[in-house]
Amino acid sequence: MPMTERVRKLRQQSLEAEETLSSERAELLTEFYASGAVGPGVSIPVQRALAFQYLLEHKTIYIGAGELIVGEKGPAPKQAPTYPELCCHSLADLNVLDAREKTRFRVEPGTREVYRDTIIPFWQGDSMRDLIFSGMTDDWKEAYQAGIFTEFMEQRAPGHTVLDDKIYHKGMLDFIAGIEARLEALASRQDRDTAAKREELQAMRIAAGALIRFGERHAEAARTQAAGESDPRRKAELERIAEVCSRIPARAPRDFHEALQYYWFVHLGVITELNTWDAFSPGHLDRHLEPFYQQGLAAGALTRDSAEELLHCLWIKFNNQPAPPKVGVTAAESGTYTDFAQINLGGVQADGSDGVSEVTYLILDVIEDMRLLQPSSSIQVSEKNPQAFIRRAAEIIRTGFGQPSVFNSDLIVEELLRMGRLLEDAREGGSSGCVEVGAFGKEAYILTGYFNLPKVLELALYNGLDPRTGKQLGPQSGAAKAFSSFEALYRAFEQQLQHFIEIKVQGNHVIERLYADRMPAPFLSLLIDDCIAAGKDYHSGGARYNTSYIQGVGMGTITDCLSAIKQHIYAARVGRDPLPQLTMPQLLKMLEADFSGFERERQMLLNRTPRYGNDEAAADDLLVKVFESYFRAVDGRKNTRGGEYHINLLPTTCHIYFGSVTGATPDGRQAWTPLSEGISPVQGADRRGPTAVLKSAARIEQVRTGGTLLNQKFTPQLLADEKGLQSLVDLIRSYFKLGGHHIQFNVVDADTLIRARACPGEYRDLIVRVAGYSDYFCDLSEALQDEIISRTGHERF
Amino acid sequence: MITGTIFDIRKYSLHDGPGIRTAVFFKGCPLECAWCHNPESQSFSPELIVHPKRCIACRACVEVCLQAAIDERLGTDRGRCLACGDCVPVCFSDARELVGREMRLDRVMDQIKSDRVFYEQSGGGVTFSGGEPLSQPVFLQAALAACRELGIHTALDTCGHADWEVIDQVRSGVDLFLYDLKLFDEERHKAATGVSNALVLDNLRRLSELGHTVIVRIPIIPGANDDRGGLEQLGAFVAALPGAPPVELLGYHQTAEAKYASLGREYALKGLPSPDRERMQSLAGILSGCGVTVLNEW
Repeated sequence: MPMTERVRKLRQQSLEAEETLSSERAELLTEFYASGAVGPGVSIPVQRALAFQYLLEHKTIYIGAGELIVGEKGPAPKQAPTYPELCCHSLADLNVLDAREKTRFRVEPGTREVYRDTIIPFWQGDSMRDLIFSGMTDDWKEAYQAGIFTEFMEQRAPGHTVLDDKIYHKGMLDFIAGIEARLEALASRQDRDTAAKREELQAMRIAAGALIRFGERHAEAARTQAAGESDPRRKAELERIAEVCSRIPARAPRDFHEALQYYWFVHLGVITELNTWDAFSPGHLDRHLEPFYQQGLAAGALTRDSAEELLHCLWIKFNNQPAPPKVGVTAAESGTYTDFAQINLGGVQADGSDGVSEVTYLILDVIEDMRLLQPSSSIQVSEKNPQAFIRRAAEIIRTGFGQPSVFNSDLIVEELLRMGRLLEDAREGGSSGCVEVGAFGKEAYILTGYFNLPKVLELALYNGLDPRTGKQLGPQSGAAKAFSSFEALYRAFEQQLQHFIEIKVQGNHVIERLYADRMPAPFLSLLIDDCIAAGKDYHSGGARYNTSYIQGVGMGTITDCLSAIKQHIYAARVGRDPLPQLTMPQLLKMLEADFSGFERERQMLLNRTPRYGNDEAAADDLLVKVFESYFRAVDGRKNTRGGEYHINLLPTTCHIYFGSVTGATPDGRQAWTPLSEGISPVQGADRRGPTAVLKSAARIEQVRTGGTLLNQKFTPQLLADEKGLQSLVDLIRSYFKLGGHHIQFNVVDADTLIRARACPGEYRDLIVRVAGYSDYFCDLSEALQDEIISRTGHERF
Repeated sequence: MITGTIFDIRKYSLHDGPGIRTAVFFKGCPLECAWCHNPESQSFSPELIVHPKRCIACRACVEVCLQAAIDERLGTDRGRCLACGDCVPVCFSDARELVGREMRLDRVMDQIKSDRVFYEQSGGGVTFSGGEPLSQPVFLQAALAACRELGIHTALDTCGHADWEVIDQVRSGVDLFLYDLKLFDEERHKAATGVSNALVLDNLRRLSELGHTVIVRIPIIPGANDDRGGLEQLGAFVAALPGAPPVELLGYHQTAEAKYASLGREYALKGLPSPDRERMQSLAGILSGCGVTVLNEW
């Protein structure tokens, strides 16, 4: 269905609204705590719940013209609240946010004043960020500053969770009844934790009530607007909105519209309580909505078109919420408005049967129509899904805006089973954020930070010293020139790796406890099993499953580095081999010079080294070796929430930052340039096409991760005809047979091709469809490149 | 171990037979078509390719060249160059490349086998192309047999100019023939390709009679074979074959121009425009009019 006029307008407004930093939440929160409403006798969970209640009771209610789904995180679309209890923006931060060219947040003069006079004096020195940094050891701080790892919790709360189907069967009143039953059961008991459990449950009860009130406030506002509305159609819509908002979230939804609005209120509740990582996601939305959809069609109350319009309205709501504005260094660097909510489609149902439904296709249409940055979307591909489902998704992929991404649903179930999930919980699981897996509705799976693998190798080459700063950061694992074998060097790398993982995990322990003690999240907790049953907060192990992830970055780069070292320093030369043998001191000299004066040697490292991504065992064996070391260093460690550590391999944009702190590397990479991203090969290193990349990537036993990320670049021409589209589907199916977790396709536009023409070395893997065949873009004549660029330009949407 | 002269093995080949395929390119061709888009495939001997944009002027090639074929400005004197390839391994920036190398059958098969999962998923396989695979019949036959053993679908992309005995020897191992036809008129064929088409037409007829699966591929070269009369002759011939094999049209494109330059060769068709979609559709119409099935999607 084409967009309705209403949707077109709302979408346009969402695209045009300027991202603005709103101080409303910070002001209300400060007001609440400064008022003395909560004395020292009130427990922290109850304090937090009362603060949440205060926010929902007092924040501006926004119902925009023409809206069908209502509610905003800020006072209006694209207005981003702040969370001073977690990290308090300084005036300098506000200036940076306001002044920067990309992903700017407008800051009104009034906001600056409020910050200067009220917010900063109240929170400075007392935010979680302050507490975290003051709680860290010197070792931790030095490693953090050197760019060996990042810390997720320094300005956002550990969230990263996804909802299952529970809200579609239960209203907040039902949650409250469940909480009260727990409280009653506790009344007759007196174990060590009873008092704490009671406080937590009371906090959840308050939070549930607060969301009901939030719904009522929207109902009231809708009624008021309706009273003054002269257009009878809009008046009826507003009356319907009022009816929906006074039904849900108190009681379970009865129809499609109520189900969507309920989810949206819950979403707003979670991201108002705290600025959780990756916002929050509805999970398998197609599955959750299917019963409401079928029942609406059968009753004649809903049509495919009216359902689609409601979904359009929900999509626009997601897009109205930019990610929380950052503070400190990241305020200058962080380059995205996306908050990583990810809608899952397809996969399997709890009983293992095909999860694709009519609503799946409906939502795919919505994704294609909306073409919005948010929410992100993915298809979960199971052996049990029909080809038509993947074909439909492939058609959207080829339009080139990067959505949906593609996941292996069957492997995700296996990954979750390996981590000890029940089968039905694993099947209700899926992917969220970028590629991370969890058991939806039952798991707190916290991403704790990115980990810079090539930097750790750099330290091993320098006996634990950071060549960028001259600081001794790691243990003295041996002078590189003394390593008599590749294995000796590798052992030094493993020693450094263990050392820094240990530091990271020790820091995480402290941070986890800080969040558990100081920043409980009673609203989020009531949504995630078994927090109510356990009387425990989401942040302190209340969830049924509790994972901590550390995300490895630079797999491609480190593999090629190890391969280069092995090949050029330690491999014996046979006969009259034209390759000169390098020594370690020679290599280090080149790295220190950033290859200046050593261009021929750099070319040798780039082009005479077996490199990852070419389905070549010499390189891929080293990839497996690094994977094993990283896996062993992290997987199975205990966190403080009763769960375990697992790994995933994804960078978001951190490979740029990590590259910027890492000097020249033995793979021929120049200093301070980006590392490879995800499990993708080093940019330009894969020269044998997509099948070779997939084969190489599948050498990683991905089932032992909680997510890997693989990017593939294609031009629109490669997917323009039926054969190209079908082959994309076949590539996906084949990769998943081989045990791949995720793949996404960058169907590149003319701008990228222009850059590829200017810097061919970085785009050697770019395949373009030429005429009746395909070729590497960089191998084409300039005239032909021009021609393809102009063709692509015509194909852009 | 048996060897063949191969100049490229390309994975994820989508347009030379069904599914996802690996294309193995044999070096050397009995024809000399001016429009050949793989000029490096024509000669049976190894050839030197130069990519000046990749050159970092390290001069390693100058030092190893016993022929003194590389001058101080790093140009290659093709008259002196023996294509010995000594300069290739020392050129770390890959500006110099030797196309065509003797490859052992097991090495070729390793490359083919490595993408089996993709063939199985997509209904793909391997396509032997070139150059002319039939010009290396012993190697071709062994490779086809090895594929048959592994259950890998095989396609043979051929110009058809070979003795029937050769084709007869290999045909049982071929699942699909991609059979190139350029021109029906013998004199015009001779002028354009350097050889008579008598063998080409006769072999195609015999394959059709024996019930082999064939797709006839006609390259459309403006000015050379895109006239109505010529196409009607081809169409009538194909339509009259037993089983009337379907036809696929391949439009001429200029992509080969850069390849000619890197081989140090002149490109005779410089500036010749590609036929546009309307033109291709109208030519397809001519063939359809003769009763031929045209496979192209437009």
